[in-house]
Amino acid sequence: MSITELAKEPMVLTDPMLPTWFRVQSVRRETHDTFTLELAGPNDGGEFSFAPGQFNMLYAFGVGEVPISISGNPVTTDPLVHTIRAVGAVTRAMQKLKRGDLIGVRGPFGSAWPVMDAVGRDVVIVTGGIGLAPLRPAFYHILAHRNDYNRVVLLYGARTRDDILYRDELKQWRGELDLEVEVTVDSSVGRWRGNVGVVTKLIPRAGFDPENTTALICGPEVMMRFTIQDLLNRGVEKKNVYVSMERNMKCAVGFCGHCQFGSKFICRDGPVFRFSDIEDIFGIREL
Amino acid sequence: MSSCDTKRPSRVIDRNALDDLLGTLRSRGYTVIGPRICDQAIVYDEIQTTDDLPVGWTDEQDAGSYRLKKRGDDALFGYVLGPHSWKKYLFPSAQRLWQVTRDGEDISLSPEGGEEVNRAFIAVRACELHAMAIQAKVFIGSEFVDPTYHVRSKNAFTLAVNCGQAGKTCFCASMNTGPRVDGGFDLALTEVLDGARHEFLVEVGSEIGAEVLGTVDSREARLEDQHTVDDIVANTVAQMGRSVDTADIGDLLKRNHANAKWDEIAERCLSCANCTMVCPTCFCSTVEDVTDLSGNHAERWRRWDSCFTMDFSYIAGGQVRSSTKSRYRQWMTHKLGTWHDQFGASGCVGCGRCITWCPVAIDITEEVAAIRRTEVEDATEPLKRGA
Ligand SMILES: Cc1cc2nc3c(=O)[nH]c(=O)nc-3n(C[C@H](O)[C@H](O)[C@H](O)COP(=O)(O)OP(=O)(O)OC[C@H]3O[C@@H](n4cnc5c(N)ncnc54)[C@H](O)[C@@H]3O)c2cc1C
Ligand code: SF4
Ligand code: SF4
Repeated sequence: MSITELAKEPMVLTDPMLPTWFRVQSVRRETHDTFTLELAGPNDGGEFSFAPGQFNMLYAFGVGEVPISISGNPVTTDPLVHTIRAVGAVTRAMQKLKRGDLIGVRGPFGSAWPVMDAVGRDVVIVTGGIGLAPLRPAFYHILAHRNDYNRVVLLYGARTRDDILYRDELKQWRGELDLEVEVTVDSSVGRWRGNVGVVTKLIPRAGFDPENTTALICGPEVMMRFTIQDLLNRGVEKKNVYVSMERNMKCAVGFCGHCQFGSKFICRDGPVFRFSDIEDIFGIREL
Repeated sequence: MSSCDTKRPSRVIDRNALDDLLGTLRSRGYTVIGPRICDQAIVYDEIQTTDDLPVGWTDEQDAGSYRLKKRGDDALFGYVLGPHSWKKYLFPSAQRLWQVTRDGEDISLSPEGGEEVNRAFIAVRACELHAMAIQAKVFIGSEFVDPTYHVRSKNAFTLAVNCGQAGKTCFCASMNTGPRVDGGFDLALTEVLDGARHEFLVEVGSEIGAEVLGTVDSREARLEDQHTVDDIVANTVAQMGRSVDTADIGDLLKRNHANAKWDEIAERCLSCANCTMVCPTCFCSTVEDVTDLSGNHAERWRRWDSCFTMDFSYIAGGQVRSSTKSRYRQWMTHKLGTWHDQFGASGCVGCGRCITWCPVAIDITEEVAAIRRTEVEDATEPLKRGA
């Protein structure tokens, strides 16, 4: 009986590996490879509370389960929204889902963007590619509480014009007088008269007070590295820079070991990290 | 239990009584599992009586080598550890997590983890008790609890054994995990084999342990029996083949991520994952999703995985740890270093299995010493522009 003292302690025995079934309400094509699912919970549109930055494990029947950030509005929480880029077996299976189909959901998991800590400050969001999806809930939160923040800047880089996510919303946000929204593309093929170049190019021009800025970054790791460097160069403090990390995950609850990042488990301690907490391991290759 | 008093054997039993004790466990519904010989190695499997144990056998181990040898006496526990560890029962190498059936609009999910067999683990060594406690922290020590692990560990009975000898690859003494069992057992034995005398000194670690012991013939332990345990354990410590200097070990490994030693190890390491399979604390797993032909019945399985496999760190675009160097570094730094940050203890208990079962004789104790000898200043790679 006494293998470990732990086993004797009372604990909650709900199996964290069991999915709940959600029904697909709508599938919207965002780009040629990216789509947004709106999902209704088992209790007909039951609320799904989450904090901006958190993710779910989504299960495609018989194919597999993958971590996907929640990209909907944390204020309304219904339906549950995920934006997914089809890159492999599971995400391609999800791309084929139709209205009425079932999808398994576990979550929400992980840490959140510090939207409360950023109150009273400038907020600078820098994202690349699908990285806009996990940041959209933070942006929604800020919009819903616009008076709580100073200047709000969103810098977004996509590969090409056709890879721009949430195009209509971006246009709408860009039209607001108290938001600075800039979009850039890596390469301009076809009709594009906007910014061309990596997203970091937008940083020097953006209007924010570095000393009073909280920066939220999500994108490919190299993009995050250079973004951090440029923000620090402008005088933003390390402790006010946040990044969302990505690693292979098989469980999201600290059992499977796949997402280890130094002494962190990205599923539990992340995915959102304060840069100063991971600074010493962030640059280490193949960690 | 009073805390400062070291536990002492209170009773003494003989081999017949030990057989009776196994009988009691069986009659109480336990499946009794202990060491036995299979394919020229000592493994854990179901046993009926003490005859099933590797009676009179011992093991000779060294880096990359293992063989069984006759002892010339009738010792029941005169060997150390084989390739199996108890995680095989507590965290099975393949386990169905759930199954689901889809029928038109309906979907029904059946979780696993119904009634589990209760198991009695026989001849659990000190390092293994530590390993179990360490692995339990992963599965039942955080806000998320693996219910099947919980049931298995809660329902297990542990009959521990103090090691009467150490193998050449053992280094539990330096890891503070043995060779004397120091808690976490129901009953603990010390085998005494001295000429015609063949007895087992018994320490009681739990109420159920006391109950089970109460069902068999035993005599009161004398003061000299207690000294006997001390002598046997001291002798085992003196034989210990290897050791690790654990001073500052976590930081040592973390600040040496760029040490050239990792490249040298990588030249030998086959990335075969043997070390992670035999390690009693390694807990990494993957999941596998399968469907039947109709496509309406699906199952999810969990299987042991290893940080040495290529796929382990795959994310779109490639592996995070594509080199063998980075995988070995991850394994060893985790075991001896970052494990402390995550779970408040070392992930290595010094059982030596990874050394014995490495096909190319890579030795974690030697490698950590080599890192220490060749300590370099932190060399975080500079940011390169241009991506
Ligand atoms: C915290 C977190 C949040 C994420 N949020 C989103 C999101 O909002 N939208 C989105 O499109 N993608 C997101 N991803 C990435 C997404 O999980 C992968 O694209 C997905 O796992 C690919 O699975 P696949 O089977 O389709 O691809 P395959 O390439 O066939 O995958 C093979 C295996 O590698 C794993 N894998 C592959 N790429 C990744 C990756 N980038 N990250 C983690 N595991 C990976 C898969 O889980 C699978 O086990 C997120 C990843 C993490 C860790
Ligand atoms: S790392 Fe090696 S010596 Fe340490 S517990 Fe694991 S198998 Fe045993
Ligand atoms: S250290 Fe040895 S056992 Fe471990 S992966 Fe390398 S070759 Fe295999």
